[in-house]
Amino acid sequence: MRSAVSTLELRRPRSIREALTMLRDDGPLVPLAGATDLYVALNFGTLSASRFLDLWPLEPLRRIEMRGDVLSLGALVTYTSLTRSRLVRQRLPMLVDAARVVGGIQIQNRGTIGGNIANGSPAGDTLPVFAAADAVVVVRSAGFERRIAFVDFYSGYRATVLRPDELIVAVEVPPLQGDQWFRKVGTRAAQAISKVVIAAVRGESPRVALGSVGPVVVRARRAERALAAGQGIEAAVAALQAEIAPVDDVRSTAEYRRAVAGNLLRQCWARAAGAPNPDA
Amino acid sequence: MQFTLNGREVDVAAHPMRRLLDVLREDCELTGTKEGCGEGECGACTVLVDGQAVVSCLVPFAQVDGRDVRTIEGADAQALQRAFMDHVGAQCGICTPGMIMAAMSLGPDPTRRQMQEALAGNLCRCTGYEAIYRAIAAAKRANRRTPLGVESVV
Repeated sequence: MRSAVSTLELRRPRSIREALTMLRDDGPLVPLAGATDLYVALNFGTLSASRFLDLWPLEPLRRIEMRGDVLSLGALVTYTSLTRSRLVRQRLPMLVDAARVVGGIQIQNRGTIGGNIANGSPAGDTLPVFAAADAVVVVRSAGFERRIAFVDFYSGYRATVLRPDELIVAVEVPPLQGDQWFRKVGTRAAQAISKVVIAAVRGESPRVALGSVGPVVVRARRAERALAAGQGIEAAVAALQAEIAPVDDVRSTAEYRRAVAGNLLRQCWARAAGAPNPDA
Repeated sequence: MQFTLNGREVDVAAHPMRRLLDVLREDCELTGTKEGCGEGECGACTVLVDGQAVVSCLVPFAQVDGRDVRTIEGADAQALQRAFMDHVGAQCGICTPGMIMAAMSLGPDPTRRQMQEALAGNLCRCTGYEAIYRAIAAAKRANRRTPLGVESVV
């Protein structure tokens, strides 16, 4: 390990309220949950922060529940909990499909949706799901709570609109009409970071969102409009390929990503409505 | 920090941000848990926390406060260990403790798919995995319960 641990500080609140007070009065503190991203940076010696806030013991942030017709997922819900939740399987199966291809079992046992959102990697596996689902991020500070549309949550590459005293406490997902679909294309099935990741809802109001094809997750509005207007899949693919901005990097090339993004949209729309996802 | 280590109550003084992996190996002198990649990709450092497989290179020590930690030394996995020997599921051996810890979460008579999913986070560069799957299948065959009685995660 390349970081000197002795210079690091970990605050350990016993409640959400105490966590928020610490963020307000003792900040800046970087929230830490399953540590599956932060400790990679720690091991590499690239950790930029030195003061952390341990959220892991805060059980109220692990709830999965319905609030009216909205599915509410606590920030500390792990990928394993998503996979096991009957509610999530019923309401948001594309999120279960996404959770099952994050890392391996060990990462799924520790990684959380709040962490995936806060980390803000353009390749974050759950992010296209939340974008396509019109999810809302619930953030709280001492004495104040606000709801931010997921598609407005990122202000740039790994940058969010979250203020230093705010904590992601939950993600809310409204009811969705239509068939949900998720697919991640990587080098191998497990332990791979995506080259392209897509979540889509095929229904009267088509929704398409992609990861790893731009600095932030992309909601493909133009492709959606083409599909909704019945312009045909090739028009939608052309629109999609014009509204994404993939780059060449260590995992893939822009050209490959653009081609794969189009193929994924074709694959999703060619699939018979209601057919099981062969990749799930 | 007080926690249960391989069935015994222990109290270990270590910095809360140290990696569980380092505390186990250096402070608790349990060197059966190996470091492979140090970034959560290879699974060599897999241990169980409250019965769940985790990579100990990505766990801050503070987070095992009050929890139950199980390493290969206390795994009580003789059937798996014996089967790994019988079926040559171990060659160089560095991945083996992690493989066995990850395999402990499987129930009896796991399918091939279940074994692949349970071990998806564990890399082996020697065996090609086939011998590992044979070893696990043999150890878990027919009504043989997992030693910890851990619920299957797949």
